[in-house]
Order: sequence, then structure tokens, then C-alpha cells
Amino acid sequence: MTKGLSKINLTALTFGFAFLYLPIVLLVIYSFNASRLVTVWGGFSTKWYVELWNNQQLIDAALRSVQVGLVSATVATVLGTMAAIVLVRLGRFPGRTLFSGMIYAPLVMPDIITGLSMLLLFVAMDLSRGMFTLMLAHITFSMCYVAIVVQSRLLTFDRSLEEAALDLGCPPAKTFFVVTLPIILPAVISGWMLAFSLSIDDAVISQFATGPGASTLPIEIFSAVRRGVSPQMNAVCTILIAIVTSGVIIASIATKRAEVARMREERAAMAGR
Amino acid sequence: MAPKPAQKALGPIRRSFAPWLDPSAVPLIRFENVVKRFGDFTAVDDVSLDVHQREFFSLLGPSGCGKTTLMRMLAGFEHPTSGRITLAGEDLAGVPPYRRPVNMMFQSYALFPHMTVEQNVAFGLKQDGLPKPEIAARVAEMLRLVKLEPFAKRKPHQLSGGQRQRVALARSIAKRPKVLLLDEPLGALDKKLREETQFELMDLQMELGLTFLIVTHDQEEAMTVSDRIAVMDHGKLVQVATPGEIYEQPNCRYVADFIGNINLIEGTVESAGGGEVRVKGEDTPGAFVCAGDAALAQGSKVALAVRPEKMRVSLDAPPADATNVLQGEVWDLAYMGDWTVLLIKIDGSEKVLRVSRANMTRTEAKPIAWDDRVHVWFAPDAAVLLTS
Repeated sequence: MTKGLSKINLTALTFGFAFLYLPIVLLVIYSFNASRLVTVWGGFSTKWYVELWNNQQLIDAALRSVQVGLVSATVATVLGTMAAIVLVRLGRFPGRTLFSGMIYAPLVMPDIITGLSMLLLFVAMDLSRGMFTLMLAHITFSMCYVAIVVQSRLLTFDRSLEEAALDLGCPPAKTFFVVTLPIILPAVISGWMLAFSLSIDDAVISQFATGPGASTLPIEIFSAVRRGVSPQMNAVCTILIAIVTSGVIIASIATKRAEVARMREERAAMAGR
Repeated sequence: MAPKPAQKALGPIRRSFAPWLDPSAVPLIRFENVVKRFGDFTAVDDVSLDVHQREFFSLLGPSGCGKTTLMRMLAGFEHPTSGRITLAGEDLAGVPPYRRPVNMMFQSYALFPHMTVEQNVAFGLKQDGLPKPEIAARVAEMLRLVKLEPFAKRKPHQLSGGQRQRVALARSIAKRPKVLLLDEPLGALDKKLREETQFELMDLQMELGLTFLIVTHDQEEAMTVSDRIAVMDHGKLVQVATPGEIYEQPNCRYVADFIGNINLIEGTVESAGGGEVRVKGEDTPGAFVCAGDAALAQGSKVALAVRPEKMRVSLDAPPADATNVLQGEVWDLAYMGDWTVLLIKIDGSEKVLRVSRANMTRTEAKPIAWDDRVHVWFAPDAAVLLTS
């Protein structure tokens, strides 16, 4: 056994990270390019960010994305949590396999098919396409992700906690809100965040579900790029990356801190202090 | 818990406490022909059982014997397939767990991790809609009772195992239930703490005047705390009796073997009558005599059950009036401090008898050692005759 990195490991690591991050690094670097041409370096500049600030169309699209994300993630979390509870708690009922299969199907369904079927449904129902249909579509595809996250938490949930609440005189519905939900809340929140980021990120299904005047940020970026790549898009993407990265870093630091504090308290308790 | 004057006054009451012997006494809990099946598996098989008010009652048996299911049916988490459970005369069928006047202390303690000790203890009282000052007073009283006042604001993960156990206990007695159910309450504690807690539980039960129903697989625990014990096996009640009766008069091989250590000598009846039964040994050579009035046919199969401490052992020949004398060789010897346990292989057989001697003196002139030839004997009334 050798400690440290062997040559092979080092090479694998370099290639792996290069594959993952080279495109992103390039994108970030060129967002600060003074040149209008995406592939030619013309010196450092922040002018694309300034231009972005004045691009009302793009800002509107970003706000719309956040709006759709907030609404659809919230509704998807409620529905997904309910589905997870049914799957974990009801045990074996006729059609359980079919039901769970149907919840997971959207995970593997090509976006194109989901989007197209949404479009057909909306047309058949004579729903005018806009923000509302966009939210419906986002709820549909993000709900199953929430269901999976919450379900895995419920599987390890100690049922005797709920029994204890019932035993102490708390009716079942109230037990869910005062005992079960607070304990599984971290999973519900991460389900919400997953649903939110899926919604912000989606372009394909949104293309089908949206209508005039309701395009989201990914749709705007798509159509802008089709007209020719502008460094402005690099700037938008860099801002998105910054937001996501800082979110992840803050979340992981908070989790780590809570973990360390908990470990310390448990050790102290066991030592009899 | 500090000794309380009231406890002393309760002593004599305790000693004469045996409502199950009084035919006019009305039991608090009645299980009537209760059966519980899970699919093909019968967890509880036609159990009828009465538990009286203020009793400390144990359900004892190996895991999977149905004791926990029986308790969960009383709490309302399982429903009997057939049969009836009544509490203070009220049929519990159709009463949901949150409306039953019983509380349970869970094996895992089931403390709410997101609430403080105080909030955990207050939880049940809040559900009853008691006014806030009353809840606060009751919680303070409970925490004083289990000596957890300094920990009121802590969360469960900030407590040691013993402290968590106390919180669970305080939470389950805060509502003054008619019956407190305890599911393997001390299983997670180390031996010393477990013994302390057993005595605390007994004090608490007397002080509060509650009825305790405890589920355990630890026979020592059941013996220590209970007024009566129900021994269960494969969903059936095998024997229901006081700890003393269970130990001294087991009614079958299963109970004799499950509780404590015992020597079982298999044999056939040669003659019975005149207050004694003569048995010819099968796995142990010799003829034995045992006190008993049982009318047993000649040739019927029986077992003589003799506790290790009721056997005598000596290097010298036994007194002339000794009965049931055997010879053997010391195979193994374990010095336990208060007792020494000897395993003695009986001559002319494969039988190994377990004999224990109280170490009543610090030194012995001629101690028994490995491979010594010894005499083993027991009095006719030391043996219990088992037919099943």
C-alpha cells in the first residue's frame, strides 16, 4: 500500500476534473472578455455584466423563472410528500407496484415526450398556454423527485415516535403535523430545493408548456444563443453558477457545523455532564 | 429515589397484596380468549388473563413469544383477531390508541427529538387541553420525581441513556394513566443502572398506586419487580403465578428451564401414593423419591426438577438418612464469590448435574476441587415432579 497519489491516480484525477470543469471555467473566463467574439480574448472587462443589467427582457425572464420555481416547487413538495407517505405507510395494497411505478416513470421519461404530451393535453383542454400551464408542467415532472427524497427518509423513520404521540392522546392528523413533519422536515426541504432547481433549469418541457410572453430564463438563453452567441449569456451563466455554488457551500458548512455540535453534545451527555 | 416515609407504611399492605386470590375482586384488565394472527402466523393464541389494580405484572418469554403483541393490543396499536380486551369493565374494541387511558414506555424510548425534555413530558398533558400553569406544575413534579430538573431545557440527544430512560418514564406517567405499559424498559441500560432502576420503578409504582404491565425477556428483571409473572411461549400462557411460585413450583419443563437454572432428571413412575412418588431414573441411574400427592399411573413419564441450590454435595459420605444419593466427579467449578457452582458428572451416565453451594465461610479445610469424587443428594421435597 502506498500513501499519496500514484502517477495513474494523478492522471485519472486530472482528466476527470478537466472533463467536469474545463467547459465551466472557460465560460466564466470568457464572461469577462472585452471582445465581442466569444473565442477571441480581447482583454478583461465587466461590460457584459453592465449590459446584462440593462437587458430588461432577460431580467423579466429570470424573475419569471424564480416565480414559476417557487410556486411549482411548493406544490410539488406537498404532492410528492403525500405520495411518499402513501407508498411507505399503506403497506401492500392492490396496485401498489403499479402506483409506485407510475410515480417514478417521469424520472426516466424523455423530456420531449413529457413536454409534447403536456402540450397536447393543454390544447385538448383548451387551456391558453402561459405561466399557469408552465407551473402545471413543472409540478408534474418535479413531484416524483420530491417523492423519492421524502420516501427514503420515511423508510428509516422510527414509527414508535408516532405511536408514542398517539399513545399520549394526540389524534393521527395532528401527530403528522407536530411529530412526523418536524422530524422529516430536512428531507422535505431538500426535496423542495431539488424541485426548485429542476424548475429553474428546465428548458425542454418549458418550451412546450409555455406561451407568448411567458418565457423563462433557460428559454431566453436558448433563443438568444440561436441568434448568435453573445458574451452576455456567459455573464448570465456565471451569475447562476455563483448563486448555486455559494448556496451549496453555505448549506454544507451549516450541516457540518450542526453535525459537529451534535456530536459534541452527545459525547458530553454520555460522559455525564 | 430517596426513601419516603409513606413507603414504609405501604410495606405491610404490599406483603398481603394478592387480589388474584380473592374471588370477589374485580380485575382492572381482562383478556378474554384473545387471538391475534398475522397472516398464517399466530402471535397470540387464545390468551385469557386478568390483571388487578395496583399490580406490577410481567409478561415474560423469549422474543417472538407474543408478549409484545399482547401489550400492543392493550395500547391499541394492534387489534385482536378474536376475543375481547376490557379495561375497568369497558370493552376496548374500537377505542383508538389516543383515547385509551393507558400509556406506554417504549423500548426505544421514542422521545421526540425536536422537543426539549420539558416539552416531551408536557406533550400528553397538552393533548388533554390542561391549562398552562397546571401543565407546568405537573411537568415540574414529574421531573423532580425522576430527578431530571437540571435537564429540563435539554434535547434528547444531549442526554445519556439512563437520563433518556427517565424522560420516557416521566412522559408516560405524566398523565396518570390507569395502566402503564413498559416494553423492555431497561434493556438498553448497563447492569448496575438496570438494577438500580428496577428498584426505583417498584418504589414509583407503589408511590403512584398505578398498575404496571411490563414486557421483558429478562427473567431476573421479572422476578425482581413483579407481583405476578405470566410466562409465555409460542403465543400461549404457560404459567401465571408469583415469582416465588414460578421458581419453586414450575408447572412444566419449559417454565422450569426458562426461569433460573434447574436440573431435570427424566424417569418413569414406579409407584405413587402415601404422599410420595417413586421414580426410576432414565438418563440418570438410580431410584428417586419425591414428595407429592399426584395420582400417577405406574410407568408414566415424568421429570424431577431440582434447583442447583437445593442439592447437597460433599466429599464425605452423606448422613445415613439422606435420600436420592448419587456419586460423581467434579467436571467443572466456578467460584462466583457468594456462590460456587459445581458441574458434577454422575457415574455410569452422561448426566451432568449443576450444584451450587453458598460460601458461608471464608476458608475451608478441605475444599472441593476439580476431578474430586463427590456425593450428591437432595431431599424428597426439594424436587418438583413435572409431567409436561
